Amino acid sequence: MARVVVLGAGISGHTAAAFLRKWLGRNDQIVVVSPLPHYNWVPSNIWVGVGLLKPEKVVFPLAPVYRNHGIEFKQARAVALYPEGTDTDASSAVEIEWTLEAKAGERERVTYDFLINATGPKLNFAATDGLGPGKNSLSVCTADHARETSRVFLELIERMKLGERKRFVVGTGHGMCTCEGAAFEYAVNLEFELRAHGVRDKAEVVYLSNEYELGDFGMDGVRIRRSGYVTPSNIFTESLFAERGIDWITRAHVKKVEPGRAFYETLEGEEKEISFDMAMLLPPFSGVGLKAFDRKGEDITPRVFAPNGFMKVDADYQQKPYEEWRSRDWPRYYQSPSFKNLFAAGIAFAPPHAVSRPRVSPKGTPIFAAPPRTGMPSATIGKTVARNIVDMIRGGDKPTHTASMAEMGAACVASAGANPFTGTAASMIVFPIVPDFERFPEYGRDLDYTMGEIGLAGHWIKILLHHMFLYKARLRPGWSLIPE
Amino acid sequence: MTEQPREYAQTKAQMKPAFYATKPTGATLFLRTFFPWQVWRFLWINFKMLIIIHKSHKGL
Repeated sequence: MARVVVLGAGISGHTAAAFLRKWLGRNDQIVVVSPLPHYNWVPSNIWVGVGLLKPEKVVFPLAPVYRNHGIEFKQARAVALYPEGTDTDASSAVEIEWTLEAKAGERERVTYDFLINATGPKLNFAATDGLGPGKNSLSVCTADHARETSRVFLELIERMKLGERKRFVVGTGHGMCTCEGAAFEYAVNLEFELRAHGVRDKAEVVYLSNEYELGDFGMDGVRIRRSGYVTPSNIFTESLFAERGIDWITRAHVKKVEPGRAFYETLEGEEKEISFDMAMLLPPFSGVGLKAFDRKGEDITPRVFAPNGFMKVDADYQQKPYEEWRSRDWPRYYQSPSFKNLFAAGIAFAPPHAVSRPRVSPKGTPIFAAPPRTGMPSATIGKTVARNIVDMIRGGDKPTHTASMAEMGAACVASAGANPFTGTAASMIVFPIVPDFERFPEYGRDLDYTMGEIGLAGHWIKILLHHMFLYKARLRPGWSLIPE
Repeated sequence: MTEQPREYAQTKAQMKPAFYATKPTGATLFLRTFFPWQVWRFLWINFKMLIIIHKSHKGL
């Protein structure tokens, strides 16, 4: 009998746990540890943030789903790893602290044969003074954040209906943010809803981003064949904003947010500020702050985790200049180099480097997009890690299945207005996610499979994905037939 | 008679980056929500996505 512990019940962890349960025998134990009681389909938080969806439509409780499928669920947060066990118990273990109300604060050691760290990101609002919910800006990173954002947004709409003018600033709240796609999506949805409410003429919408060019999305942009040209993604993104009257500021590191005012440094080193009535600014990500200890209780955190808190896996972490980055630097198995029974999946693994070219302001401030790890690769990585663990439980001595982001593609649908007849969405397919200039010397990507277009069809696909992936996450009949 | 200096009024629009961006034509905008065309694009994009999903699962 084997016990596999999965830390985190987001897209990657939940996928891994579900496939482990499907592939392993009933004698094997799957334990999921997650501090939150519910699953959140994060891509649809955008619609909660503009008041189109109730938060209940993008979350569901995990406990009943896991109970019905024979997965043990502990509502707790992981605190520390003991991959070698302790002097008194040689079993690998993770120390958890319960967040379930009835057991809040209680600590427990959970032993494991294999562990998947799928803890996702810590939303590092503290990296920017005054950033985040409860302070001076809003977010759509969680369903609760999105609920608060929609409340503020709908209040402002009522005031605009009375004739007041308002400025909305949407974007990234730090020079090292990722997830620009979500900020882009929120900006265009917000603009669409302003029109739907008949107050567009009373609103100024500004997109404020750390990207070097619009459409970078942390992937160094993409190239798309369109109308007889190979065109960079900034052309399409600028076009979409220009057509909708959204202004933009790029190459910006937000360093401080005060009530109604954001202060930022540009890549050129200028200090600027912008006033707002509402700001939805995404935070940078870091690891959740797990510690690791050896058998004697010595801190081995730097051996297991990178300085940013993400877990080291089979990537090439040697520091090298942008010109020497290779697609093979990226991990294939997501296995810890120090411990064979320890894996990371989804956002929790430490990328070897960024994808976008790193740039630094004259003051030494890094201002560029961090690498993205969206739903599709996160789920595929979770499934692949689960497959490898199943093989190792059955006697394999090492992982054999791979899911390198330099060998897989991603499909991303960014809503640009939610209406079944007049709405649109930007559908983007990228292959591979991490450019491979050895296979595709000119652009790093296969242009036969890399595409992007805006249209109503994209909105229908976004709706389809919303229902399909929530169905799958609920582990309803036939869930495993729905691809990641 | 001396020629009056010509005044170049820099409009608000020209001060914004959007002035230099490409913009869709009426036909492009029409096709974005033209039902029959979008049904075809829905099928085509889904087909493309399925190919990418297949290629992305080759390591599994």
